[in-house]
Amino acid sequence: MAYFTQQLINAITLGAIYGLIAIGYTMVYGIIGMINFAHGEVFMIGAFISLIGFMICSMLGIGSAPVAIVLVLLISMAFSSVYGWAIERTAYRPLRGSFRLAPLISAIGVSIALQNYVQLVQGARPKPGGQIVSGGFNLFSLDGFDVRISWLQIIIVLVTVVLMGGFTWLIAKTSLGRRQRACEQDMKMAALLGVDVDRTISLTFVLGAALAAVAGMLFLMYYGLIDFFIGFLAGIKAFTAAVLGGIGSLPGAMLGGLLIGLIEVFWAGYFSSEYKDVAAFSILVLVLIFRPTGLLGKPEIEKV
Amino acid sequence: MVDPRLLKMLKDAALTALVAAALGIFIVGFRTVDVGSRAGLSFQYEFVDLAVALVIIFFGRLGLQMAAMGLRWPAIALGIVMIAAGASPMQLPSGFLHWFVALGGVLLVIRAVWPWADQAIHAAARTPTGRIVNTIGTQWLGWVLLGIAIVMPFTPFADQKTMDLGVLILTYVMLGWGLNIVVGLAGLLDLGYVAFYAVGAYAYALLSTQHGLGFWAVLPLAGMFSASFGILLGFPVLRLRGDYLAIVTLGFGEIIRLVLLNWVDFTNGPAGIGTIPGPTLFGAVFAETAPEGKQTVSEMLGIPFHGIHRLIFLYYIILLLALITNLFTQRMRRLPVGRAWEALREDETACKALGINPTNTKLTAFAVGAMFAGFAGSFFAAKQRFISPESFTFIESAIILAIVVLGGMGSQIGVVLAAVLLIGLPEWFRELGNYRMLAFGLAMVLIMVFRPRGLIGHREPSIRLHPVGSGGSG
Repeated sequence: MAYFTQQLINAITLGAIYGLIAIGYTMVYGIIGMINFAHGEVFMIGAFISLIGFMICSMLGIGSAPVAIVLVLLISMAFSSVYGWAIERTAYRPLRGSFRLAPLISAIGVSIALQNYVQLVQGARPKPGGQIVSGGFNLFSLDGFDVRISWLQIIIVLVTVVLMGGFTWLIAKTSLGRRQRACEQDMKMAALLGVDVDRTISLTFVLGAALAAVAGMLFLMYYGLIDFFIGFLAGIKAFTAAVLGGIGSLPGAMLGGLLIGLIEVFWAGYFSSEYKDVAAFSILVLVLIFRPTGLLGKPEIEKV
Repeated sequence: MVDPRLLKMLKDAALTALVAAALGIFIVGFRTVDVGSRAGLSFQYEFVDLAVALVIIFFGRLGLQMAAMGLRWPAIALGIVMIAAGASPMQLPSGFLHWFVALGGVLLVIRAVWPWADQAIHAAARTPTGRIVNTIGTQWLGWVLLGIAIVMPFTPFADQKTMDLGVLILTYVMLGWGLNIVVGLAGLLDLGYVAFYAVGAYAYALLSTQHGLGFWAVLPLAGMFSASFGILLGFPVLRLRGDYLAIVTLGFGEIIRLVLLNWVDFTNGPAGIGTIPGPTLFGAVFAETAPEGKQTVSEMLGIPFHGIHRLIFLYYIILLLALITNLFTQRMRRLPVGRAWEALREDETACKALGINPTNTKLTAFAVGAMFAGFAGSFFAAKQRFISPESFTFIESAIILAIVVLGGMGSQIGVVLAAVLLIGLPEWFRELGNYRMLAFGLAMVLIMVFRPRGLIGHREPSIRLHPVGSGGSG
């Protein structure tokens, strides 16, 4: 039981990170119906900017962890958003109206290019992130097994919950959210009614990238080790989460993220850690085959 | 008074440089390096490089804007200045920046000259000589390339290195042609193609090392295994829409690689399988001394032993396999099922209405494509004599896809040109080595943006009801 609870805590932490990345996939898919294959790389870049940000903070002598975290969070979100914006502007926008698979192929190109760009400028070796927040407390002990929650896990879940709340508010209540929903329903009609579609799509990418950057920072703090290749696996798992939750649905992305976190951690904890990625990929395949609309998604009407 | 257009262009170029600065300031400006003895990372500052790169980006964007506004001569002049700056002995902070500015200049000049070149080519194509050249280009290019490929091993260039490269390029040509059936003809984006290649390779590696079967006996088996895998994997997923299908195939590709990596009893895991026997020629082996009960090729033919004979033999095997792939595809295109592939690519709903079973049709394309990947895979295992899951990563699928996309989806000759360009060029220009994959990714984006039909676009249907231009819907 204690082991189970411990795994549950770890799974929720991991699920929160996947959920944050999954939102980027789900929003972009909702609006322009493309799989932003490069989203995982934005997450990776967010992790790298965070790493550099933490190093700068320690150089400047910012000793207090909360200040450093907030500063780095803002920097990483801001500068990763530029990546999100630039990717959309250069690689996807010119392709609107091209053939069906063009944006996906372009996205794969962006993904390969970004991975190798970071490998070239930052080197291929894994980068240790150091420990920014350490410690934690014992929740309870059972049969000599301590169930621990680290402060870091609490921070990760807290940051995720706050961001999710803010984000849901943004989509539900603000004019940007209304424009996004309008574009999602009918882009042409939205344009006729005076919504700047290009701008809305750009902002969607910016928001998705900012959330991916947060996920990148949390990932860096949680695992303490990043390299240029982390975006690939995390990206696919987050995409799986988005599909599992129902692509296009925001609560779905969060739910999917949690489920993927649960599956991965419990699979590794109870069966074999070698096959945990196989488990995630199998879920992806199974969901797409048997329930392509996901858990909370709306059935899609095929337009001719 | 300053020209308002110039002002606008300057503003735009400055904005571009600003965005580039925001992109680069952390990732490029602060290079994190491990310092030997001390724990943790430290910075190596690259701000000078970044600043120079930003200046280059500023002028590059300015030039592009000029070209877009029709100010061709200033754009060309700027491009030439950039090329000169790259080629000059001037001390830029790094060698990369020389390449960067020079390549930027080349692209700028191409962009500026493009409208003229386009016009000139169109005009030339209408003259009688142009027509003849065009005919040769479209109808005889394949035969010319085939002729070159056949005589290549007998030319003086055919040393170890060139032959190795030839085998490598032909392997990718074959894989490209195989994937072209799936992506180009049937319009199914398969991101896990390398999985079938892996199945073929492991089929030969295991059957030969554990059961003593020869290359020629395994080759058809490997194709069958891969095709069965294609059917097995394809059957449940081919109902899915294009991009979902792409992701599922990617998932399958990764699953197969992870299983190969972790099922140590069966595949020997990350250590891979070694000492795989090479292909034989009528039972004779390519080696200096033959094993018990066999003879070497040099004994059989009565020629002195030379290491390159093996390579030449491999070269002709892969050439033959690739040609079979091509011939098979060309024939399939004329059969009802081939027509159905192309029809399905254009409009699935219409196909359903006409009574074509989309799942079965897609499945045949998937299985045929997988089969050729299986052939290529067992050839790869026989050539390398060692395989491990490392050779079958996603990036390999992406490279094959890039070849098909660059070549122009559905074009057979385009695949050849793209394979030479993408596989051959980086091998010749070794110094580009590290930048190869970066260029790869950028090339995929640029092709999609500027030439989505590839070098030689062939989305034309193989058959038309009405000739173009004589009515009909075209």
